[in-house]
Parts: sequence; structure tokens; C-alpha cells
Amino acid sequence: MSEPKSDRPTTEPSSYLDFEKPLAEIEGKARELRAMARQNEGVDMEDEAKALDAKAATMLRDLYKSLTPWRKCQVARHPDRPHCRDYIDALFQEFTPLAGDRNFADDLAVMGGLARFNDQPVMVIGHEKGNDTKSRIERNFGMARPEGYRKAVRLMEMADKFNLPVITIVDTPGAYPGKGAEERGQSEAIARSTEKCLQIGVPLVSVVIGEGGSGGAVAFATANRVAMMEHSVYSVITPEGCASILWKDSEKMREAAEAMRLTAQNLLDLGVIDRIIPEPLGGAHRDRKASYDAVGKAIGTMLGEVTGHSRDKLIKDRRGKFLSMGSKGLAA
Amino acid sequence: MNWITNYVRPRINSIFSRREVPENLWSKCSECGTMLFHRELAENLNVCTSCGHHMAISPRDRFKALFDGGVFVEVKVPDPVADPLHFRDQKRYPDRMKAAQRDTGEHEAMLVAEGEMGQTGIVAVAQDFSFMGGSMGMYVGNAIIAAAERAVKLKRPLVLFSAAGGARMQEGILSLMQMPRTTVAVQMLKEAGLPYIVVLTHPTTGGVTASYAMLGDVQIAEPNALICFAGPRVIEQTIREKLPEGFQRAEYLLDHGMLDRVTKRTDMRDELITITRMLLGLPPAVKGTLPKPEAEAPAIEAPATPATPGAKK
Ligand SMILES: [Zn+2]
Repeated sequence: MSEPKSDRPTTEPSSYLDFEKPLAEIEGKARELRAMARQNEGVDMEDEAKALDAKAATMLRDLYKSLTPWRKCQVARHPDRPHCRDYIDALFQEFTPLAGDRNFADDLAVMGGLARFNDQPVMVIGHEKGNDTKSRIERNFGMARPEGYRKAVRLMEMADKFNLPVITIVDTPGAYPGKGAEERGQSEAIARSTEKCLQIGVPLVSVVIGEGGSGGAVAFATANRVAMMEHSVYSVITPEGCASILWKDSEKMREAAEAMRLTAQNLLDLGVIDRIIPEPLGGAHRDRKASYDAVGKAIGTMLGEVTGHSRDKLIKDRRGKFLSMGSKGLAA
Repeated sequence: MNWITNYVRPRINSIFSRREVPENLWSKCSECGTMLFHRELAENLNVCTSCGHHMAISPRDRFKALFDGGVFVEVKVPDPVADPLHFRDQKRYPDRMKAAQRDTGEHEAMLVAEGEMGQTGIVAVAQDFSFMGGSMGMYVGNAIIAAAERAVKLKRPLVLFSAAGGARMQEGILSLMQMPRTTVAVQMLKEAGLPYIVVLTHPTTGGVTASYAMLGDVQIAEPNALICFAGPRVIEQTIREKLPEGFQRAEYLLDHGMLDRVTKRTDMRDELITITRMLLGLPPAVKGTLPKPEAEAPAIEAPATPATPGAKK
């Protein structure tokens, strides 16, 4: 875990969410004061800036103390939030990307390959959304096409063959709703990926780091152990989609997010996930190092829980876990 | 037996039919506009006798036509926790459920049955689009698991008729979890070496297509059925272009290698008998040895000649 931190967040985001607007103003003012002090020798604004820092810290704590489900969706989609690539770079060594589905294309919305985790060779597979305009387009905003799922199936088979644990990192708005994707069997590709998750005789652990969007997420997250980051979400449909179907008004996404129970806390209560990974105050992007450490620790723990089990037990436990899911509802 | 009570959007349609077709004796084909005599339409399994358009058919009517003599035994499905999320949109979920039960006369969106089809023991599951859009919630998951377990126990093939808009949003993440749950059910069948035949009917979309409905040993669809992951409207909004004629329809999927066959409903039973018997290594079904429909059998009779191509030799 990282060192204890001061009240001031390590990094300020390049963009703020709508509900963070008052916070943006205060943090902006503190930045201005410090810039002014740097430009004008002999001017000391540090006391004023520190007062603003303290005010910002209190506000941040208050804002994040109990985020509404819709605000969690916004944090989960924050453009500065660390993505799959960031976690792989921070937590894995010798990452060797493996490309292609051997059938049609390489889908950059899904990245995967061999890597070492704590020296142990593993297969890591995840959705990557990209972090600037160019990479977001290349990676199709993390919305995989059939080739992405088929690549994942291929890599899971390889891991199974060589007895490597599989780690999946989930962060997708959902599978891509496109013409070509449908023509090339989007449904079948997702179904086969979920099926493969249930068949492999090696440990499979999964972390939802941002958005767990519907079937596109399940296709990777049908795992022995599933963790969610504190402000990530996992749902059957986006709140906007749910609102437009059930409320006939996509602007009702706040109500839909509330009704769907898509937060990590709800999913833990429902027995759908196994653990919640705490995030730095203000979201994963405000202290990347702390986020990487927390995710790394969770992956290590989850792998530890299932390492050493026989192939049969791994498969049987994974199936049993999903078969028994849903036996309890939320408390009234 | 009034078939229209089991039709999609039953209330709307029954109001419509009351106005247009007095005493429900006639109904109008939504494709070609031909007025069809109700009894004749029911005998043709709700397929328009004029243009061949396949209208919705209830799971019960489908099973009456599928099983020998229309005789089948329902397989009990465990009831899941009701309204696990305490879900409320514009209505409460339990109220929506009650309305669906009242309108369809069914308990939920899936019917499981066992019986004989061409003297071949099978377990069958059919999804009911008229019940909340056939949506896949925990009950549907439980139904498929119960069907698979029953099939494994009896060492019989499972024939599944899909029809759904997708996952049941009112059950949130638990509806999504039916994708892996039902996939486990399919694996039970595969590991037992039992045939799993999927018949995709109009419409089959979303998480249903992306799980059990695409994992059959043999994938058959009814003509012109819409089969997709993302619906055409969502795709048009995403790519901002018009989709080609017939996009995501059964024949289009057949062309793109996603299905084995597109088969008319009226030929489906014979085809299912032929396929399951071959997969089970059984001799062809013999014409004429099947029990006749019993006297008290319902108005919809099983097709009179369940002969297979093999039997014609
Ligand atoms: Zn017609």
C-alpha cells in the first residue's frame, strides 16, 4: 500500500465532473495563487493557497462520502481514470501483448497477452478505452467487436493449455452495437467467451475497474473471484439505456441508476462480487499509485485464494458460484 | 381456446381484433393483410396461410403441436426470490409481474415440459414473448437449469425455443448473471453428450442471444425472425446509417454463417425429430406407428404426418 497522504490530493484531474464544479473552482483558485507567486518574486501566497487546499479537501470528502449511483457512473467513466493499460504497466512485468483472433482482425478494444504478476507467468486480458482522441477511436472506446471476444477465447485456451492463471480487467460501456459486429456474430462471440470462462481449469480472477457494461463485461468476468473498485459500476444495461426503455426518457438516468443497484456495494450485498477495492478520495484518478497498489493487492489475494486448487475444483467452484447466484435479494 | 389471448401485446391486439374482426372469428395478417379464419390459422400454427408470415405462438400451443398427441408434462421450475432489488420504474416490478400473469394466464416467461416427439423422448423449453417480452430474469435462468438437469437425468435431448427482448431490467445485475448461469446449464448437456437444439423465434435479442440461444449443437431459426445482440434501432443510432434490407433476420444470419437452418414452423416438428434421432443414433421415425391424438386433445392437433425424410425411403 502507498504512504499515508496529506490532505491535499496527489493529482488534480484535468477535467471535473458536473457535481465537482464548486471543487474545481476552489482547486483552480489555489493553482492560480501559486502560479502568481511563482511569477512574482517576493509574493507569498502559500498561506492563502493552503487555506483553499483545506477547503477543497473538506469539500472532496463531503462529495465522495456517499456518492449517488449516477455519480458513481460518472466517476467510473471519468476521462482521467486509470485504464487497463495503466494497470498492466504498473502491476505486471514482461507484458507481451498477443494479437488477433486468427479469423478476421485484431480488436484493439481488447488487449491481452502474457505477463508476469509477482514473478509468476499469467495471462492478462482486459478492455482498453484509450486515453486521448486518437487512442479512444483506435480502441473504439473499449467497446469490443466479435474479434475481441474471440481473441480473449484464444488467450484463455492458451492459458488453460500451459496452466497459467488468467486475470481479466473489465472496463467497457458494452459490446459494440455495429453492423459488421452483428454480421460477424457478436452474440455468438460473447456467448463463447462466457462459455470459455466456465471451461478453463486454471484460476480466473477478475477486476471491474470502471464500467462493467452488460454482456460485454460478463464475457470476461465469469471468474472464480470478482472484485470491483469502490466507484466502479456493473450493470445489465447503461442507466441511460434503462431510462429510455423503462422511463421512455433517457434523461431519467439518475432514477435508473438508483433502481438498477449497480454499485459495488449493492453487488457485494447481492453476492455477485467477492470484494470491493477501496479507491483514493475523489476517485482512482486522483492518486494513481494508490489505485494500482490497491488493485495489485486485491489480485494477489484473489489468486492466492484459488491457487493450488485442482482443475476440476476450479471449474466446479466457478460453475457452482454462478449457479447459486441470486439466491438472496437485497434487504428491504 | 382463443389463441389471440396468448398473442404478443394481447390487450392491444384484442381491442384491435374486437373492433376489426367481430367475435374473433377472423384475424388479419399483419404482413399481407389477408383475413384469416381463426381456426384455420390456429391449425396452421399461427402461420399465415396466404403469405407464410410467422405470427407469435404461445409456448403451450407450441408444445401441443410439438409433442405426440399434444401430450406433455410440465417440469417444475423453482421460483426465485421475488423482486430481489425492490425495483421500481414508473411502476413497481411486482405490479408489472401481476399484470403479465393476468394478461397471459402464465406464471412466468418460460415453460418447461417433457414428453415424446415422434416417439423420441425429449425435454423442451419455450420462452413466452408475450410475458414481459420474454425477458430473461432469474426464473428463466432457473427454467433452463431445471430443463437441463431433467434432460441429463432422463438422458434426453433438450429442444429450446427462444423468444425475448433480452434481459429483465427489473432484476438488474441478477438478470445479467443468467448469462453465465444458463451457460452452465448448456455445459451440463454437452458433458452428458446430449443434443441441445436451439430454435430461434421472433424476436431473440440481447443477452439471450449472447448466451444460451447461440450455444446449440444445431441452430435453427423460424423464417424472418429478428435475431441479434444489439437491436437495429440502437445500431442505426450508433452508426448513423440505414441498415440493409433483411438485416438481422433469420435468412441474413444464415447467409452470414450464424445459423444451420431456417425452417418453417409447420415443418419444424418433423425436422426436429429427424435431427434428434440421428444425433441419438436411433433409427428413423416410422410413419404410421405414432399414437393418434387423443379424443380429448385440444383444438390444435399435432401435424398428422410426422414422417421424416429418412422414413420416406
Ligand atoms: Zn399473410
